[in-house]
Amino acid sequence: MSSDEKQEALFQKWMSPEGVQFKSPEAEKLYKERATRIKNAVQLKKKPDRVPVFLIPSFAPAYYSGLTPREAMYDYEKTNQAWKKFYLDIQPDAHFGAVAPGPGKFFDILDYKLYKWPGHGVPEDTTYQCIEGEYMMADEYDALMQDPTHFFNTVYLPRIFGKLEPFKQLPNLTTFVEIYGTGITFFPYGLPDVQAAFKALLEAGSEALKWMGYFGAFFKEMTELGFPAGQVGYTKAPFDIIADTLRGTRGVMMDMYRQPDKIIAAMDAMLPFWIQKGAIEAKMGGCPIIFIPLHKGADGFMSNEQYKKFYWPYLKKIIVGLVNEGVFPFLWAEGGYNSRLEIIRDLPKGKTAWLFDIVDIEKAKKALDGIACVCGTMPTDLLTVGNPQQAIDHAKKCIDVAGKGGGYIMSNGAFFDNVKWNTLKAIVETVKKYGVYK
Amino acid sequence: MLADYSVQHSLRRETKMAKDLVNTLADLKEQEAVKIVKDRLNAGEDPLKIMGDARKGMEIVGKRFASSEYFIPDLVYSGEILKAVTELVKPKLAKATESKKLGKIVFGTVAGDIHDIGKDIVVFMLDVSGFEVHDLGVDVPTQKFVDKIKETGAPIVGLSGFLALAFDSMKDTVEAIKKAGLRDKVKIMIGGGQITDEIKNYTGADAYGKDAMTGVTLAKKWVGAS
Repeated sequence: MSSDEKQEALFQKWMSPEGVQFKSPEAEKLYKERATRIKNAVQLKKKPDRVPVFLIPSFAPAYYSGLTPREAMYDYEKTNQAWKKFYLDIQPDAHFGAVAPGPGKFFDILDYKLYKWPGHGVPEDTTYQCIEGEYMMADEYDALMQDPTHFFNTVYLPRIFGKLEPFKQLPNLTTFVEIYGTGITFFPYGLPDVQAAFKALLEAGSEALKWMGYFGAFFKEMTELGFPAGQVGYTKAPFDIIADTLRGTRGVMMDMYRQPDKIIAAMDAMLPFWIQKGAIEAKMGGCPIIFIPLHKGADGFMSNEQYKKFYWPYLKKIIVGLVNEGVFPFLWAEGGYNSRLEIIRDLPKGKTAWLFDIVDIEKAKKALDGIACVCGTMPTDLLTVGNPQQAIDHAKKCIDVAGKGGGYIMSNGAFFDNVKWNTLKAIVETVKKYGVYK
Repeated sequence: MLADYSVQHSLRRETKMAKDLVNTLADLKEQEAVKIVKDRLNAGEDPLKIMGDARKGMEIVGKRFASSEYFIPDLVYSGEILKAVTELVKPKLAKATESKKLGKIVFGTVAGDIHDIGKDIVVFMLDVSGFEVHDLGVDVPTQKFVDKIKETGAPIVGLSGFLALAFDSMKDTVEAIKKAGLRDKVKIMIGGGQITDEIKNYTGADAYGKDAMTGVTLAKKWVGAS
């Protein structure tokens, strides 16, 4: 199959999900309308009946139902109920899973060190936060590139999970093909601390499986209620893979000067894994749309020259790799992106959507018109402190400017937590009334 | 005649090396900058002069950042070079040579937020611009800001925050400063990824800076140094 045929097949599977018993004929009708609306908006082939509206929350549904983020990470049933209520009450055009960043217990079991989360380093009523650090050292690029899997298993994971520290001793099994040397290769699996680490991993795996049960049930129920999934998985820009939680922001900025070639080679080494991740998740989830959150290429985080050297070529490789697999990349440019708009125009047409956080929407539309679907941009300050009238005015402006001719989805620009619900609802209602194409 | 010539020659050489340090630092040439500093220290030069040149180099870095020629990686890297230079020079500096500061600033990431990269960059730029910055770190309780303002008598407070929850923490901090009777004694600036004029009004701060150099400009304005 060509990449277009692959994509169409994935879209068809998503639009007519197999084995689903819709709760009512109305729900089935809504599902089809919503899925068609989104497909038309992102593919740029047809003008949709109206502008679609997405709400992509962080802990917002928990706050909306009076749950703490702590509860949302640990009580999977309560989470599902809260997320369902949020989507049913506000009625956006897609759901994004009850993906509170659980399972909390998994992180407890393995002593996760990369993040603080509610009740574990930060208060129970606030969101998770990443702990910046160098989890891969400046002199470890070669080890990463030579064998990324072995590096992750024996260096990276032991650093970010306290309980997996004994994995440092694990052998590289790609050197085992004979009868001789068996004991020498496999004895680390007999060491008491390694065995304890495996026991912890098995226990954590059981918790992850339990969580997946709830996660899957939520997807199923939301589909039956008439909400298509807005995405089913994620992958990352190669630079962010290295910069976010391997080398850390500071570390990678030093490397940009001291060992730029290593960053580039490492990104190439990581590419196949992350293309494959997106393709697998799209197929598994029965939806072609895969998120790619973008971090360190935001305005100010580097110059355009640096963006063109370190960021864009490898992000483009991920995008093209996914598109070849029939995946529809949904890029989420967190932070500002005004300075990159001209650069990102260099894309296959109608194959991506770009969700902007802080951008001049007029410029974004102009730059990407006919190239990619523009999404956004309900700003965080408006959602948090703005009144409904400001929200209505803002939504109308976005629709007038970016909605012209289709190829636009109204959405929040950054993950949101505890916001003004009336303001949020006013935006959704405005899109439904004002965003109809005539 | 000969002696004169040699003095002049050495003066010329010193001026050239001074200019070299300013420029190599401004151009972010780490190894060259470190080598020049080592050479100048070995030649017995006044370490204060070397630090003065390093500061001039950093001023150029700041200007280039303000004019969008440099970006965050360049700023962070310049900080790393300055750190290396300072480590070389510091042991040779006599105590009591602290240069005169433009003014005191109390700075921190507000309660509930642990983000430090943005804050560190602003603190660093304020520091190299000549301010005495009291950095309280991250997740700073409101009372700690109040106590530090009282202790230092700083006329400027900087509140940093990346998360939306920081909006309320900033508001609470401004309130606490007000309650302590210090509001009319300090100017308060806020900053962070999602901060806008709207949020400035919400928190009751005096101004917001969209980046590090805006913060420096604000601080200079407030102490009457611009």
